[in-house]
Amino acid sequence: MSIRCSVVGGSGYIGGEVVRLILGHPELELVQVTSERYAKKPLHLAHPNFRGQTDMRFSSAEELEECDVIFTALPHGMLIDRFDKVDAACDVLVDLSEDFRARTEEIYNAWHETPHPRPELLSQFVYAIPEIHREELKSTNYIASPGCNPTAIILGLYPLYQAGIVDETRTVVETKISSTAAGNKASLATHHPERSRAVRSYKPSGHRHTGEILQELGTAEISLSVTAIEMVRGILATAHVFLTEEMNDKQLRKLYRKYYGEEHFIRIVKERQGIYRYPEPKIVQGTNFCDIGFERDLSSNRVIVLSAIDNLTRGSAGQAIQAVNIRYGMPETAGLEFFGLHPV
Amino acid sequence: MQKSVSCTECDASLALSIQPEIGEVFTCSECSAELELISVDPPKVELAPEIQEDWGE
Repeated sequence: MSIRCSVVGGSGYIGGEVVRLILGHPELELVQVTSERYAKKPLHLAHPNFRGQTDMRFSSAEELEECDVIFTALPHGMLIDRFDKVDAACDVLVDLSEDFRARTEEIYNAWHETPHPRPELLSQFVYAIPEIHREELKSTNYIASPGCNPTAIILGLYPLYQAGIVDETRTVVETKISSTAAGNKASLATHHPERSRAVRSYKPSGHRHTGEILQELGTAEISLSVTAIEMVRGILATAHVFLTEEMNDKQLRKLYRKYYGEEHFIRIVKERQGIYRYPEPKIVQGTNFCDIGFERDLSSNRVIVLSAIDNLTRGSAGQAIQAVNIRYGMPETAGLEFFGLHPV
Repeated sequence: MQKSVSCTECDASLALSIQPEIGEVFTCSECSAELELISVDPPKVELAPEIQEDWGE
């Protein structure tokens, strides 16, 4: 099997990560990578890790050829304008922006300043957290791959919400995000003297990806604060959840085992000894793992759920490749076998 | 047939060695708890004692 793939918008960090994973995949063949800024230039000018791995040059989107799968890694809002052209050029479209993650127009519009221009398309897309939507991914031609904040938070909290044991008015989540989450377009805010060693309250409330989290957890309220810290790749989500019934550590572990016990890419990390007793973003760098841990606050009914992922891999490109593996009946781990570095 | 035992801390199912011996200490592969085998048939474990003071005996 050789599945011909192209990446539209391949000069950014997410596009580059998709290309990296395609180049290492046993069944995916890279056909084209588009970028208007880098058109005709070799890929390694934008992504130096590809030096010696491919001679391919960036194409303009105007030169887009037909292939089996197109991954779109464009800035948010840009795919919608060129959707019909991209759609016509492939069998399966995988969008890594937030344009098609909302299931309904109402959800999208509630969390964005402007209404969705093509709301009729929203219901066609499958929200691609594979552990939750595996069956739908097997037959869809439209995949909306979630970003880092929703992925880390949803995976961490999904078992608790599914079990119906959460006081849904009290959940508070704090995420610590990395600089690559802001993309590769420079601004004064990303200028080294400003960004270096910053602990920046990027979005204390009203983060626009909250809508996806509510959608997938099936709840109406969650309080999310996002803080950018000194980290290039990775995200750590710390969720404070108040339970409506008493559960001890063993019962919580049993619940997480029920949902994730057979999932290769989800690891429960809660250990009694060692340095890394709870999830730690740097341990999952470059991998498709989501490490999830929890701690029972013995003085209240609070559970602290911690989840760590690499924002570019599990929180974007890796998860998209996992979805394509499912769509084409390949092993889910194909091309995603890297298990990280230590020390890093 | 290789016997297994449940971790007292996280309930993970752990395979015992082929010839398990009482007093054997091993680490749970899931939660890394240090466990001591206190019975072979039926297999039972408990949390291994922390390192204690040596009075020089």
